[in-house]
Amino acid sequence: MDILRFITAGSVDDGKSTLIGRLLYDTKQIYIDQLEAIESSGRVNEDGEVDLSLLTDGLKAEREQGITIDVAYKYFNTGRRKFIIADAPGHIQYTRNMVTGASNSNLAIILVDARKGVQEQTRRHSIISSLLGIPRLVICINKMDLVGFDQNVYNQIVEDYKQFAQKLRVKEITFIPVSALKGDNIVSQSTEMDWYNGPSLLDHLEQVPVSSDFNLENARYPVQYVIRPHTHEHHDYRGYAGKVISGIYRKGDEICVLPSGAKSTIKSLELGGEALEEAFAPMSVVMQLETDIDISRGDVIVKTDEDLEVSKEFEALVCWMNNKPLKPGAKLILRHNSTESRAVVRKIQYKVDINTLDNNEDVDQVELNDICRVFIKTATPLLLDRYDKNRANGGFILIDETSYSTVGAGMVASISHESELNYMI
Amino acid sequence: MNKYYLDYLDQLEAEAIHIMREVAGQFQKPALLFSGGKDSITLVRLAEKAFRPGKFPFPLVHIDTGHNFPEAIEYRDRLAERLGEKLIVRNVEDTIKKQNLSEPTGRYASRNGLQTYTLLETIEEFGFDACIGGARRDEEKARAKERIFSVRDEFGQWDPKRQRPELWNIYNGHINLGENVRAFPISNWTELDVWNYIKREQIELPNIYFTHERECLVRDGKLMAWSNFIHKDPEEELVTRKVRFRTVGDMTCTAAVESVAYDIDSVIAEILDSKISERGATRIDDKLSETAMEDRKKGGYF
Repeated sequence: MDILRFITAGSVDDGKSTLIGRLLYDTKQIYIDQLEAIESSGRVNEDGEVDLSLLTDGLKAEREQGITIDVAYKYFNTGRRKFIIADAPGHIQYTRNMVTGASNSNLAIILVDARKGVQEQTRRHSIISSLLGIPRLVICINKMDLVGFDQNVYNQIVEDYKQFAQKLRVKEITFIPVSALKGDNIVSQSTEMDWYNGPSLLDHLEQVPVSSDFNLENARYPVQYVIRPHTHEHHDYRGYAGKVISGIYRKGDEICVLPSGAKSTIKSLELGGEALEEAFAPMSVVMQLETDIDISRGDVIVKTDEDLEVSKEFEALVCWMNNKPLKPGAKLILRHNSTESRAVVRKIQYKVDINTLDNNEDVDQVELNDICRVFIKTATPLLLDRYDKNRANGGFILIDETSYSTVGAGMVASISHESELNYMI
Repeated sequence: MNKYYLDYLDQLEAEAIHIMREVAGQFQKPALLFSGGKDSITLVRLAEKAFRPGKFPFPLVHIDTGHNFPEAIEYRDRLAERLGEKLIVRNVEDTIKKQNLSEPTGRYASRNGLQTYTLLETIEEFGFDACIGGARRDEEKARAKERIFSVRDEFGQWDPKRQRPELWNIYNGHINLGENVRAFPISNWTELDVWNYIKREQIELPNIYFTHERECLVRDGKLMAWSNFIHKDPEEELVTRKVRFRTVGDMTCTAAVESVAYDIDSVIAEILDSKISERGATRIDDKLSETAMEDRKKGGYF
């Protein structure tokens, strides 16, 4: 059994809460007491059935203000898979929430109201999913019951979406006609739409490949913590605790520590006191090396065969998440895996129109929920990968130096290596 | 099957270990909050995997209401002994005296709410800047929106509107003086995941998690372990039943479920078959109002 993490995007009007409620209900993850709580609130739909959208209802603070504050996480499992749903609110001002939920997702479910077709919101959610590197999209054309389960309506929406989707960079797009309210094609095959031969939504979610989403090519091991027991039994023990965020490490591999460049060989890999022959993403392990070299938290252990370089200058797409606008020259703390550095945003190159994916170059400041391409310089050299090549090592966050809030999420777009720069520092 | 395939329990374990090590790496003075319940017992096993053969970079801290199950307390002391790690116990009783708090009275009297006072007092006493806890997002709707690193002000308050966006596996542990972080390594685990992990790791649990005969008070259709800490109305009835506990909290707010499950496999079978959620079946504290958990979290609770 493995794990599929997916995000659901759409507003209440698209039936997103009903869809999640339906998935949870039909896979028997809803318990009687939770249903009772809904029934006692007295809300039922026109058929007198329990309103499944209430299963995802939010906090008192949200109800009082009529807003959704945040990403909510929901869980269910079938015999085949564990599912983690990041349920993100869909309105434009919540780009930051959708970006947050999308960052860890293998798949995005995007809801389209069959009566309305492809909307601005559909495009926005698809573009954010694509920018965040989600490999697979499922376009659920919902409320098919309200268009008489008409195949022509479905076909037209699929056509329209495909037209738009040429701009997107995703591995796979799947279309499923559903009625979340009635349960058609959610868990079991609909009897109303003989013309549709594809899988139900749950069938698809159970089958879609996920293990291939881990990058096993580029070995990256950020050191989080150094284990030094100082006991009689483990007198000279020095273990580097970390997580293989991508790639594979084997006992005996030649490694290089960045940024220092020191080289050594892997003496052992272990987990919970048990020796491992190899460790691969996303395992958390302890690594010992043949030679004593100076390694501390924030260093990255890579393999010598890749010949990697650290850098202090790069370009990135940044989603701005703070009320105070981002201006050129802003100094921030940049956190990349287990490393931190001071950073300056040297230049804002353009803003991405998240409804059209066009670039807007006339920009001197970046507002909350904007996505822009910037040029960043850091004080400490970092081992970065382009986000589209290695999602696990291409993302970073920006932290305000005084409030310590997380104010931006960044994805590395291009890297300037020092050896390629021919100016004097 | 692909050779480089990690089972879901291994993935959850790897994520939890990573989070614990981030806490150890980012904070000066972390602590692991240990209650004697299965979730915090799971945290201890994860800490062993994260830091052995070294020592834990944090002590275990137990906030004792004085109304705990003796079996859980015994287990706690034995575990600390076996681990050779430091255990700090602070008593709600002492806080009540020191801060001149009023003991809750009435039918639902419980020190559960007062735990927050002792917790905040303990955080101050030792200067803890991060507390690792075993809360899970599947437990309750307020917890579903909780971060893995949850920043609390000096009153321990959770403010959903001030939450930091949390992306990828990057955790922002920067705080101002006086603030602290609650860190939740098993956020993404469900009740069933915890049980399956306990089974796989062959972790020993306090025996009240398994079936036993117990004298119980029947209240609002729930079975409360009968003890001197519970106020009994004259019309309320005492019965002896075969029960076990699905969650182990304070005796005054944790109900038992009727069960004949005598080992981990039968407990797992029972959960799969269950039609009532974990907290719904067993927690009186959540039932007091629809937003009981949200309100308590805002007040500094986990």
